[in-house]
Amino acid sequence: MPSSNARKAKGERASSELFENVTNPFCGTLPDDLTVERTDKGLKVLKNGCAKSVAGFERKLPPASPQVKGKEVDLAKAIQEAAKLIGKAALPLYGGLATDVEGMRATMALAERSGGIVDHALSEAQYRNFKILQTTGWIMSTLTETRNRADLFIIAGSDIHKLHPRFFETIVSPPDSMFDVTAPKRTVVFIGKGLDRSGAKGARIGEVITLGCKDEQAAELVALLRARLRGFRVKPPKLEGVTLAEIDALAERCRNAKYGVVVWAPPSLNFPFAELAVEQFTGLVKDLNQTIRFAGLSLGGAEGAITAGAVCTWISGYPLRVSYASGAPDYDPYRWAVGRMLKEGEGDLLVWIASISPDLVPSPTKIPTIVLGTPGLALTEPPSVFIPVGTPGVDHAGRLVRVDNVVTLPLKDLGRADLPPVADVLSAIEAAL
Amino acid sequence: MLIKLTGGKVYDPANKVSGQVRDIYVENGKIVAAKPNARADATYDVKGRVVMAGAIDPHTHIGGGKMTIARMLLPEDHQGDPVTRTSLTRAGSGRAVPSTHVTGYRYAEMGYTACFEPAMLPANARQAHMEMGDTPMVDKGAFAMLGSDDFFLRQLAAKKDFAAIKDYVAWTMHATQAIAVKVVNPGGISAFKFNQRKLDLDEEHVYYHVTPRQIIITLARALEELGVTHPLHIHGCNLGIPGNIETTLDTIRAAEGLRIHMTHTQFLSYGTEGDRKFSSGAARLAELVSKTPNVSIDVGQVLFGQTCTASGDSMRQFAIAKSAHPKKPVIMDIECDAGCGVVPMRYRNKSFVNAMQWVIGLETFLLFDDPWRMFLTTDHPNGAPFYFYPHLIRLLMDKSFRDDMLQKINPDAQAQSGLLKSLRREYTFDEIAILTRAGPARSLGLKDRGHLGAGASGDITVYRDDPDREAMFAKPELVFKNGELIVKNGKVVKVVQGATHVVRPDYDKAIEKPLKDYFDRYLTVRMENFKLADEEIIRGDKGSIVVQPTGARVA
Repeated sequence: MPSSNARKAKGERASSELFENVTNPFCGTLPDDLTVERTDKGLKVLKNGCAKSVAGFERKLPPASPQVKGKEVDLAKAIQEAAKLIGKAALPLYGGLATDVEGMRATMALAERSGGIVDHALSEAQYRNFKILQTTGWIMSTLTETRNRADLFIIAGSDIHKLHPRFFETIVSPPDSMFDVTAPKRTVVFIGKGLDRSGAKGARIGEVITLGCKDEQAAELVALLRARLRGFRVKPPKLEGVTLAEIDALAERCRNAKYGVVVWAPPSLNFPFAELAVEQFTGLVKDLNQTIRFAGLSLGGAEGAITAGAVCTWISGYPLRVSYASGAPDYDPYRWAVGRMLKEGEGDLLVWIASISPDLVPSPTKIPTIVLGTPGLALTEPPSVFIPVGTPGVDHAGRLVRVDNVVTLPLKDLGRADLPPVADVLSAIEAAL
Repeated sequence: MLIKLTGGKVYDPANKVSGQVRDIYVENGKIVAAKPNARADATYDVKGRVVMAGAIDPHTHIGGGKMTIARMLLPEDHQGDPVTRTSLTRAGSGRAVPSTHVTGYRYAEMGYTACFEPAMLPANARQAHMEMGDTPMVDKGAFAMLGSDDFFLRQLAAKKDFAAIKDYVAWTMHATQAIAVKVVNPGGISAFKFNQRKLDLDEEHVYYHVTPRQIIITLARALEELGVTHPLHIHGCNLGIPGNIETTLDTIRAAEGLRIHMTHTQFLSYGTEGDRKFSSGAARLAELVSKTPNVSIDVGQVLFGQTCTASGDSMRQFAIAKSAHPKKPVIMDIECDAGCGVVPMRYRNKSFVNAMQWVIGLETFLLFDDPWRMFLTTDHPNGAPFYFYPHLIRLLMDKSFRDDMLQKINPDAQAQSGLLKSLRREYTFDEIAILTRAGPARSLGLKDRGHLGAGASGDITVYRDDPDREAMFAKPELVFKNGELIVKNGKVVKVVQGATHVVRPDYDKAIEKPLKDYFDRYLTVRMENFKLADEEIIRGDKGSIVVQPTGARVA
């Protein structure tokens, strides 16, 4: 099998190894400052870990081998069986897509070849952003820019600390930042009473303010804020737990900010028509930029979601939800949503890729299923074909695109398990078609 | 493997061949001296055909984050132009911001064999190279964007010794696998983050208290002393603002003899005359550049239709966001490194401003008489998508066609285009070959590209000599890459992966000490991870790297 990713054979490795500047593939913000050690007991995060990275790197892999209908087979046989199923499928669905750049490139090639649909497991969340990007545009910042420059953080209805346990430590309250014109203490405003505020502490954090509406009402509050910033008179808000005076005080803080950043995470905005919330957040940023500087920062992006979106876009022209049934990419964010298609019994084969965390399982389906998964993937029943694959940045080298859609980070081969990269397995399947 | 092209009219200005009938021999991918007695493995009879080296686009936005943002932003751009997979080629989509594979195929089908991405943000270099890795057929390379990055601005503001600045520039070129350096709105992208909305050539950056003039001179001198062949590639101040011709002329004078390249000058050559206070500065630009031999330019021609502007110039892109069509601009502040602005745009021939932009670009082409110091660009996709090049070539080669087109533009713009009407010049094949081959190759330091002499790579384009120059240049009969036939009758017949061209100027590794400290203190990426390894391009992207020579470093 051709190896597109650098991967040492197990025999060539030292029994223990220390890795520095390790990128954490289990978080969309891809922190790359971890120190990880491999010993005969497995991996251990020694520096700059968080609950998520420790869980990801230190997870003990159960033994796993390729299977066809629940029976162990060798890899070649599993690949042959997968190729057979794909070869006869009329409309294969390529879902999950938790993989690295190489894995995504191979997915695109195979989907094209087999006339399939391409969609990521978490694109429902990403589409809350894409829909607004594609209708109104936006003004955004990135992690380094925000870390150095922001003096006002508005955390909009999103539980950032839960999703990204190191965000407050590294971005909101870093030990050092570049510009002495921005206040040394940052103001943090939480919109939503249910948000975890425990991260908002540290030497750089000044005032922490909470506007106590329901989390999912953040957009309504921001709409009122925008109205007040424009000088409109409004009726007293029907938002429980928030007064107009509080909104006006926030408006004043916005006006006085040197560089305000509105932070949200699409996976947190888990309610119908949540794209309209994103529209309010980006709209606030747009309004304020008429006279001062403000920017948005969207987080989330776990399970390689950003990578899948980026690679699919540069190869097909569209950010996921693409069908190659006609041979050319056809884009329809409603029709080609794999989650919806599975629910409504569309498609006749599911190819599910979950190489990062063990939780990313497909919704139940009756159609034959090929799974390329990390060992321990929490499947409820054995799929037609199961091929255990390596996790990028743990079992093999690779690259992932970060949540701000600017930075791509290299991932190291830490030598945890001798498992093939997704890219190699998919290329072998394509070659066997 | 020896191949032979016989009987063609060869236009190879680098070797002073101008339409003479010559046979061309390619052995193992390289052009060799005539071997009339050797048995060729393949012979192509190209009698009566026009033969040139493969074309080179020295300024085309083909790879990197802002292009993928533009692609995400504009599904409607692609929906009208789906591209079906074939047994040979990948699927994708076309138009203003085509998918990566389609970009490669269409460039090759137009006779191009090399394309250079002029605005690679160092923070985004890995993605830019990955996208270029998925752009087959053509050679590629990228210009690292500097001048609004905080490391450099801090060096400049602290009056750090010049050798350290040079080391940083060279280090960045290595770390990002670049072939040249570009500066975009010098200092202005950074200034915009401090809410400065305008930055003139001698205006101080509100935080660093340095001026665009200082930034330009420092970077231009650094590149010259590092021995980098391509001079500083400058997207100047005040892009798009009426009256910016003064800034542009001042910028040229500011170089004080240092070599510089002024890019997409059309957007930077606006006067304030006429009833609408918007006029052409092309004549003044051409006059000054003519007598300033250290300066080269490319035009960034505007052609009418829907496109998408994509630029590192967040300050100016924000300012034009109100003209977006469709109305969905994207602006970004990026990584204490740079910024970007993606603003969809529809240029209409009935719009006075758009028509004047068209006039100004053409006047620049026709007035400036040293083709070795000018490249043919539309600043794809900013002025127009690259597949408009054949149309542009016809406008340059065919006066009556040009006059016909002029009849169709906005009447007020027509009234202001007496100069254009009076210009009788028609470009020759020699001049087109210089603008699209020999000139860019020489400027970028591609020793073995852009010409057909012995030792050059076998990148060759063969055209049918059609009096309709648009049809002729749109669909070459044959295109060879490294001696392999890759396009026949305007269609890809073989898919190849081009090389990535880089330069590697010398630097003192001690620069990594302050850099490491800077990365650790301020950035969210480790210095070690910031650097793009050869392996990623070679193995990850299945490409190859060609290191082009640099001159000796001065001090």
